[in-house]
Parts: sequence; structure tokens; C-alpha cells
Amino acid sequence: MRVGLMVTCLVDVMRPEIGLSAIKLLEAAGCEVVVPEAQTCCGQPAYSAGNKAAARALAEKFLDEFEGFDYIVMPSGSCGGTIRTHYADILADAPAALERYQRIQQRVYELTDFLVNVVKLDTLPAAMPTAFRGSVTYHDSCSGLRELGVESQPRALLARREGIALTEMPHARQCCGFGGAFAVKYGDISTAIVDEKCEYIQSSGADAVVLGDLGCMLNIEGRLRRTGDHTTRVLHVAQVLAGDS
Amino acid sequence: MQVQSMHFKARAGQKLADVRLQQNLKKLTTKFVTARSAALTELDDFEATRDQAVERRMRAIHHLDVWLDTFEREATRRGATVLYAETAQDAARLVVEIAQKHGVKKAIKSKSMVSEEMQLNRALEAVGVVPIETDLGEYILQINDNEAPSHIIAPVVHKDKDEIADLFAKVHQKPRLTDIPQMTREAREVLRPHFLSADMGITGGNFVIAESGSVAVVTNEGNEGMCTIKPEKVHVVVTGIEKVLPTLNDLATIMRLLPRSATGQSISNYFSLLTGPRGKDDQDGPEHMYFVLVDAGRSRLIGSEFEDMLRCIRCGACMNHCPVYQKIGGHSYGWVYPGPMGSVLTPSYVGIENAVDLPQASTLCGECHVVCPVKIPLPDLLRKLREKQFKTGLRPTFEYVAFGVWAFFAQRPGLYRFATKWAARVMKLMGGQQRLIHMLPGAAGWTNQRDMPAPSGKTFREIYRERQRT
Repeated sequence: MRVGLMVTCLVDVMRPEIGLSAIKLLEAAGCEVVVPEAQTCCGQPAYSAGNKAAARALAEKFLDEFEGFDYIVMPSGSCGGTIRTHYADILADAPAALERYQRIQQRVYELTDFLVNVVKLDTLPAAMPTAFRGSVTYHDSCSGLRELGVESQPRALLARREGIALTEMPHARQCCGFGGAFAVKYGDISTAIVDEKCEYIQSSGADAVVLGDLGCMLNIEGRLRRTGDHTTRVLHVAQVLAGDS
Repeated sequence: MQVQSMHFKARAGQKLADVRLQQNLKKLTTKFVTARSAALTELDDFEATRDQAVERRMRAIHHLDVWLDTFEREATRRGATVLYAETAQDAARLVVEIAQKHGVKKAIKSKSMVSEEMQLNRALEAVGVVPIETDLGEYILQINDNEAPSHIIAPVVHKDKDEIADLFAKVHQKPRLTDIPQMTREAREVLRPHFLSADMGITGGNFVIAESGSVAVVTNEGNEGMCTIKPEKVHVVVTGIEKVLPTLNDLATIMRLLPRSATGQSISNYFSLLTGPRGKDDQDGPEHMYFVLVDAGRSRLIGSEFEDMLRCIRCGACMNHCPVYQKIGGHSYGWVYPGPMGSVLTPSYVGIENAVDLPQASTLCGECHVVCPVKIPLPDLLRKLREKQFKTGLRPTFEYVAFGVWAFFAQRPGLYRFATKWAARVMKLMGGQQRLIHMLPGAAGWTNQRDMPAPSGKTFREIYRERQRT
């Protein structure tokens, strides 16, 4: 099974190690993983800003790079949500591209959804000696949860990771307040929202918050550190599942 | 209500700094969110009920002219008068004319958000008619110098008991009470003489029913009954033209969802279905019954990409569940309707240029869409408004430039690779010894209040290439 890995623009620049963990997991599931060189961004920032022309250009570029694979997987519910649920709207005025898109739409997956529901991964890769062990609480990222139904998949996989104990925080499904450009334009509102999320994370008593999206990750980790919490780890689900950190 | 949506940012800032308000807004989650989710478990099939509700609402919207005609015919046949208003000002003028025609001195009102659009109280006062709000929340706001409601079903959710106790003591000139039943009794004692002396009752209408010419009104305090039975002369219903439902059967479906989604009640304490004025065998009711059906921007949405918004049943679930509303409250939004539904309605009704912030001030988390009993795709509608803003030059120049540059690079993999390679290195350096970034140029609004762990300095692409070579 040839899987095209969409690394996502934020992982590429901010947390490359997550991309490597994703490859490790996909390979453990027996996939042949290919990372198309020319990939950049799925176009979501443009789409959310109302710049549909730029979003369409990037959607067409995505099709050029990824339409040849059996499956297209990404360690992000946000990019996954854009591609799987919004490309039809983004490409509405480009009939040829829309048709190409419709042929691949059902084969676009968020990483944990793919591991559980498509390849049915049963053995996680062996953990590195330095891998994180302890209690974790899972933050449901908005698009993954509400657009792709990613909720039980990461939890089921985490339950199989030795040395990891899952403890739920209150209101795990509540937004962290990132929202892309929202956090830049309305930083104070975003901060008030993320402060509540941080409280919930801390009240769970977990050693780490685990999540599936870079936006939430940078937002939550950034706020925890600024408010003096230097101990609660913030980890991407791929890193924990791959036994990398 | 005067549009203040252009001051969104400043107002939201004040609300965030208001410690007391922040405490009061917690009620949204502890009360409404919890109650709704418990109440929905009573329905055998929530999803199917929602689908039914969507279908029934859209059937009315798609043939709005036909159903309004039917409604008018049936209501007229039962002795009511149906009037239409193209604008909110027209609607206020019509109500004023009705009051003058019948020599009204005092009008008692039950809750109506449409009357807020009309600035009805002000219009009545201008001609010497005294309007009295009788919904407890609206009454509290009226005696607090006509403060605006901050929520469509819980208008005074932004206040706590102590603030209201202070207000009552000041306005009622009585000893300060802090027990809620006692405070409510005091308000009832003040309102009672008004109920008995008013000549006109004004109510909103949750729905008007075409097949029977009736209005359906949902309340929890019974004040609506007093407003429609006590005044002997006139009852005026003011509501939007989109609130028509073809049949009573449609109403039954919607009523399974409305109180549950709004307050988490299986059914509201009071539910009235009012048809026509007092008949010759009736013991009570008004001599005259009027419907003022208000367009005020609604018909413009028919057939547009915002048409879905017209099926809104005004339950308030979207705002109760909105992370942004939960932090800034309703007043920040600056017009009648707050929260996600308001962020779509305000630009649509008062002009997109007067409410530029509203469609942007959402994380697009999607929870409003998930909880909406009639499945309005609110995030999609907000995004469409952003698109309109972007196309019509309503965004700041910086945004166009930044997006232009970003899109140029993102479509050119070679350039992009080069740019990200340097971005990763620069960010690593910015992290310094602590490896924390305190500020990112261009994203200051966000990073000013974050310490973001710096990246390791190489892009995934570089690391992957190196790995491929070995």
C-alpha cells in the first residue's frame, strides 16, 4: 500500500520530528511511505481568510502531488479537515480539478484515523529508551473531532502504548483558542480561551497533554510556558505512539 | 438598537478585563451547556428530529411568499390584522400608529428581539406611550437605564444576583434583598399595577402558523399571558417574516428541539398559541389583534448563500457553546444578535462594512454547527462573509500583502524550501538559550502572550533528504 505523507507546513518548519514519527508509525503498519518533495501547504490559511483564489491554487497543487497514491495521510486533523471536507467548496469553480479531487477524497486520512480504521495497526513500534512515560490527557483538536470524527482513535492507540496512562480532562473537546489568524487578530480573546484550556489540562493532573494538531500544540505549549508551567509536556500523538518522546 | 459592532475589539477588551463578568459568564457552561446535553438524551432520535426540523423550516423559507399569504388569509379570517414592514423603522412606525389609533397610554411587553431591532421602546416613548418590559430579565435591563440584552434568551446573563439586588434597592427604593424568590416577588409587585393598567400588549412571536393564523409564544414566566389577556384594547405581535411555519405539525417538531436546545428544558414553563382577538363568546383577550411582520434584511437572504441562516429558531445554543462568546459576552458584538448567529446576521442586516470584525472573531471551531438544532453551517457562513470582505477590499492592506507573498512562495516549492529553511534557522536563533520564542514578527498579537518553544533549526524536508541519502 503506497501512502503519500502530507507532512503539513507547520510540522515541516516547527516540529519536524513529528513527521519522522508519522513515517515510523506508517511503516510499522506495513505501508510504503512516500513524501512528495514539492508539497507546501494545503491552503487552509487562505481559505479561512476568505482568499479562495489562493486556496484553490494550493488545492490544485495538492492534487498534482498526491493523486497517485492509494492513501493520503497527514498528522493533522486541521489540514485533513480542509482537504477532506472543504476542498469541494474550494474547487467548486474548477470542474476538472473537482473531478480529480472527488476520486481521492475518500482516501484522505488523519493519521490516527488511518492507523485504526484503514490499516488496523496492532503493534506499535518499540519505544526509544528516552520515550515519554507517564499520565497523559488528550485534547481533541476542533477540525479533527468535528470534521473528521477523530475522537476514539487516538485514545484507543494511546491505551496500547506501554507506560502511558490516559486521564481525561474536563471539556476535552473545547477549542484551545488558536483558530489560525484568529489568535493573531484577537490575541487577548485567544489568550482568555487558552487559559481555560490550560486550567483544565492542569486540573487533570496529567504529566503531558497529547494532541493531534500543530496549531493547538504551539498555542497551548506557548501559553503554559509563558504562565510559568515548565513541567507539563505538550506532545503530538504521533510522537507518543511512535515511542519517540 | 444602534449598531456598535465597529467597536468590537475595544468592547471585547473591556469585557475580558471585567472580572465580575468573567465569573458571570461561567453560567453558560455550568447551566445551559450541561442542561442541554442532558435534555437531548430524552429524544429517541435527535439526529432524525433535527433533519425533520431542517426540512420543515426550509419548506417554509423556500415558499415564503405562499406561506405568508396563507398565514395572512387565515389570521385575517379570524379577525386579526396582518401588516408588513420592509424596514425595522417601518415596523416601529406601524406599532406607534396602532398605539395612537387606539389611544394607548401604556404598553406592556413580553420578550422580543425583533423589537430591539426596531428600537421600539424608544419610538413609543417619543410619542408618549410608556413601554414596560415584563420579562424579568428585560425588566432588569429597562430599569438599568435601558441597557441592551446580552443574550437572545437570557438577556441578563451577564449580571449576577448582587448587581441586580443593588439595582432593585436603588430603583425600587426598598430594602436590599438577596433571596431570589423574594427579589422576584418584589419585581412582580412592581409590575402588577402595570399589567392591570396597560391598554396594549406587545409580544414577540417564536413562530406564526400559516394553517391556523396563530402565533406561538414560548416563555418561562407567564408574563406573556398577562400581556395578551389583560390589556383589553390591543395585542400586537412583532416578529420576522421568516418565522412562519406552514402547519401545527411543523411547530410540534420544532418544539421538541427549541426548549431543549435553549435552556435544557423538555418544555418551557408556558407555551401559548394565540389565534385572533377576543371573540363574542370569549371571556377575555384583546379587542384587536395585529401582526407586524418585519423584513429588515431577511428577504435579501432568500436564494443567497446565506439562506440557511433564515431557518434559525433563536435558541441561543450557538452562543452558549461558543468559546469566544463565553469569554466576551454578548455586548461586545454591538448589535441585537450576539455569538455565531449574530456574527452572520449582523453583517447581513446592518451592512458587512459596519461589522467587519464579527465574521473574523471566531476560531471556526465548529461547535456552533454541531449543537445547532437546525444544522445551520455557521462556520461556513462566517467563512463566506470573510470571502466577501476579502473580495470587496474590507481587509487591512497588510493582510493582502502578507497573503500575496505567502501564496507566491507556497506555490513555488523551490523558493518555499529556501524560505522555510531560513525561517527554521532564524526561529531557532530567536529561541536563544532558553529555546523559547517570546515574539514573532507579524504574529505579535498571538506570540506576545506566549513563550513558544523554538524549533530545532532544520526543516522536516532537510532532515528527510539527509536520511534518504544515507
